[in-house]
Amino acid sequence: MAKDKMVDRVAGIMGTPEMIRNIGIVAHIDHGKTTLSDNLLAGAGMLSKELAGNACWTDSDEEEQERGITIDSANVSMVHEYDGKEYLINLIDTPGHVDFGGDVTRAMRAVDGAVVVIDAVEGTMPQTETVLRQALKEHVKPVLFINKVDRLINELQVDGQEMQIRLGKLIDHVNKLIKGMNEERYKAGWRVDAAEGTVAFGSALYNWAISVPMMQKTGVSFQQIYDYNKSDDPNSIRELADKCPLHEVLNDMVIRFLPSPLQAQEGRIGAIWHGDKTSPIYKSMINADPKADLAFMVTDITMDPHAGEVATGRLFSGSLERGMEVFVSGTSRKNRIQQVGVFMGPKRLEVENIPAGNIAAVTGLRDAIVGSTVTTLEGMEPFESITHASEPVVTVAVEAKHMKDLPKLVEVLRQVAKEDPTLKITLDEETGEHLMAGMGELHLEVIAHRIERDKGVEITTTPPIVVYRETIRGGAGPVEGKSPNRHNRFYVEIEPLEEGVRDLIKAGEISMRMPEVERREKLMEAGMDKDEAKGIVDIFESNIYLDMTKGIQHLNETMELILEGFHEVMKGGPLSKEPCMGVKVRLVDAKLHEDAVHRGPAQVIPASRQGIQAAMLMADDTLLEPYQKVFIQVPQDQMGGATKEIQGRRGIIINMTSEGDMTIIESRAPVSELFGFAGDIRSATEGRAMWSTEFAGFDTLPANMTAEIVCGIRERKGLKKELPQASDYLSM
Amino acid sequence: MLTFIGLGLFDEKDISLKGLEAIKNADMVFAEFYTSRLMGSSLEEMESLYGKKVNLLYREDVEISPDWLAEAKDKNVAFLTGGDTMVSTTHVDLRLRAKNLGIETKLIHGSSIASAICGLSCLQNYRFGKASTIPHPYTSSRGITVISETPYDTIKLNKEHNMHTLVFLDIDKDKGYMTINQALSLLLQVEEKRGEGVMENAIAVGIARAGSEAPVVKAGYAHDLKEDDFGEPLHILVIPASLHFIEAEALVELLGAPAEILEGLDD
Repeated sequence: MAKDKMVDRVAGIMGTPEMIRNIGIVAHIDHGKTTLSDNLLAGAGMLSKELAGNACWTDSDEEEQERGITIDSANVSMVHEYDGKEYLINLIDTPGHVDFGGDVTRAMRAVDGAVVVIDAVEGTMPQTETVLRQALKEHVKPVLFINKVDRLINELQVDGQEMQIRLGKLIDHVNKLIKGMNEERYKAGWRVDAAEGTVAFGSALYNWAISVPMMQKTGVSFQQIYDYNKSDDPNSIRELADKCPLHEVLNDMVIRFLPSPLQAQEGRIGAIWHGDKTSPIYKSMINADPKADLAFMVTDITMDPHAGEVATGRLFSGSLERGMEVFVSGTSRKNRIQQVGVFMGPKRLEVENIPAGNIAAVTGLRDAIVGSTVTTLEGMEPFESITHASEPVVTVAVEAKHMKDLPKLVEVLRQVAKEDPTLKITLDEETGEHLMAGMGELHLEVIAHRIERDKGVEITTTPPIVVYRETIRGGAGPVEGKSPNRHNRFYVEIEPLEEGVRDLIKAGEISMRMPEVERREKLMEAGMDKDEAKGIVDIFESNIYLDMTKGIQHLNETMELILEGFHEVMKGGPLSKEPCMGVKVRLVDAKLHEDAVHRGPAQVIPASRQGIQAAMLMADDTLLEPYQKVFIQVPQDQMGGATKEIQGRRGIIINMTSEGDMTIIESRAPVSELFGFAGDIRSATEGRAMWSTEFAGFDTLPANMTAEIVCGIRERKGLKKELPQASDYLSM
Repeated sequence: MLTFIGLGLFDEKDISLKGLEAIKNADMVFAEFYTSRLMGSSLEEMESLYGKKVNLLYREDVEISPDWLAEAKDKNVAFLTGGDTMVSTTHVDLRLRAKNLGIETKLIHGSSIASAICGLSCLQNYRFGKASTIPHPYTSSRGITVISETPYDTIKLNKEHNMHTLVFLDIDKDKGYMTINQALSLLLQVEEKRGEGVMENAIAVGIARAGSEAPVVKAGYAHDLKEDDFGEPLHILVIPASLHFIEAEALVELLGAPAEILEGLDD
């Protein structure tokens, strides 16, 4: 079917939320997600059947096709008939490599259901866990597709009965994960169950799948599946694909078991929006009301060579139309929507109007970034920001190869940062260098490559550098911070933030947007003292600021300046200007000048900043380094080479299991030691190792390395070589 | 010896004779113009009148590292400011630092906007309450804009005691001299937010270039004055409490206030 015809059918269903499913496909790298997406497209008539399986059509990026992995999420809208009715499926394909984990998180915000893909041979892998956790956190319901069942039969040579036992075990394991991550949802019916039909098995490569409902419909049994796969006749597998086409099985499952926007939005809005539940906008979001005020959350921004910045996201309320004037959270200017469209593979097709409940692509939102709330309701409480499972831990400095390209580079860096919110671009004021921080070596390589290829700016990058974190091990205070004019004084105490509170922040479960009482209760449950829980005025990364003072005049209008000082320190601590984590600052007293002009930004910001800097140095300030989990799958005879690579990098082996003649090694190592790992493991195992990594948090540096690393960082950043003292920050 | 000298309101000729003599006798002369400045004069014109080099100090030199103070240990040092000395409270700190260094200090006064305002605005000196400064709004790096409500509170408090409020307008290195128009618009924004009626139908007196040959002084409703053109800086503002009949008459007759403000006054 021609694509333009398809767009008419899509547009026809868009206004009926009961007939819409917004879904994402999530998986561990190489478990066959992109092959599956292409298969679904082919089934919907948007890609020829012969091409499905290896066309990687959703991999619209040249580099994705080259590397054979998916980097960006791609979006597709398609129509599927189920039970005699036409349904619209808006599909987001997501990347599997951990270095791009940020994309998965964002995609989960746009969808209501997820197809979790696992490899029948490899089973659940670390990324499976990560993406499943992200889905559940965003209140996204999972169904399961077990892929590569043909490998189970033909490579591992299991018999029919063994096959069933193995598949049963995989399902049990996935359920154990769901239960562990969210027991409440698990009990409410989010358990996956083959008998019920929320699990399908098959092979995306050979275009077939089966589920219990499909078995009932077609009469194909497990034994027959086994026989089809075992047969030497190449036509046999094609016959199976004709009887049980993958797209039909999958789409049937999606339509039957994943929620429509109407069913999903009530639960989801509660999880991602913390505004007033009696307000009209809350009601219209719950009901996906197309006539109400607009509530659109941007989950992705891409550059289109013709249309400019294209913002993709989920429309929870209202309708998007060309020419509409909208507010973008965090900015005061109004933006005008220029084009409204849906995605058909790599192409974006314009439509007149997109009603609530859909995934939409719009242009004209100049001020939007990923995570922005776009609305027609002035002052609308924005959606919760999207929390990422991984944090930027590796930095490179970027320079234009030719001086004349410098202005262009600045613009290009702004663009790539807008497109990829897990990327942090900063300008080092002292050296004039542009620093690009990302989630791993590969992530930054891909971005650098994209800058050169797509944006046409030749660049040089420095070798990657680890981004450390500063934290404190003790307490200090009250410490006095004085303003330059000496008329304002702030007294702060400082101590490590409770572990429980840190976890709440990391999980995105508390924010300054949620109702005060709810936040206070959560904090107290996590072990925070009641007065402190009441006094919280800011959460910045995993650091918090508490106002413990009472009745100080003018403090209210000064607080934003005080917090600006706090933010400056948390972005770069006193020891080595690395970002801070786990710091709790308590303001216990303040003396302010009577007149507002004498307690302006030039006075209050440095006073607030210096008090915190001195206090941190008095509270045993130290560095933490980032770690990654490294999973390696390697043939038994190459195992020695692989373990040696880990052990030689201050790494530890956590677990080792074998599967046939393969060994799966689970290990953990500091990021600083993992640079160049790709090449080294290749030569250590004759290229036979498959590996992946996952962010594994921060840990204290070995004591004998701290001083050297701090000095190295200070030198690199052009800071004074001597270690700073608290007295440096306390003026006379 | 450190002598603080107020230069007066508008140009180099506003200094007192005593002040001028003190400068001529000084070994070194320093000046700061970030709290106020003489709009009708330049550093060169001052230097040619004094016959001396004037060392200009920035905020950092006065507040953070006033190393130059040490010169006053064994020399006669003059420190110049616009208006009257010590009216900007931040300078008291310099006297304290000087005392710590064992330096004697002396003050020579100049004409001040605080008294000039009574003359220009025709409002009676003894009826002024606490003064306040309207700072330029500040937008933090995360995009939150803070408009100080202290001036509004001060006007409110003064009005409750039936006192006028002198409102200084911010001078900022980057954001420039605040105008009467900006100031009134900020006060009216706070009024809209707080809705306590302090600025509702309030009378205001706007004064530009006090001390010059052609100062502009206008009285009227705040929302009308907000649209008027007062010309070049410096600007200053008074928000009067209820008016004494002589004050009201002067505002109407001399400063162009609408005649309706005379209605309902007891005389």
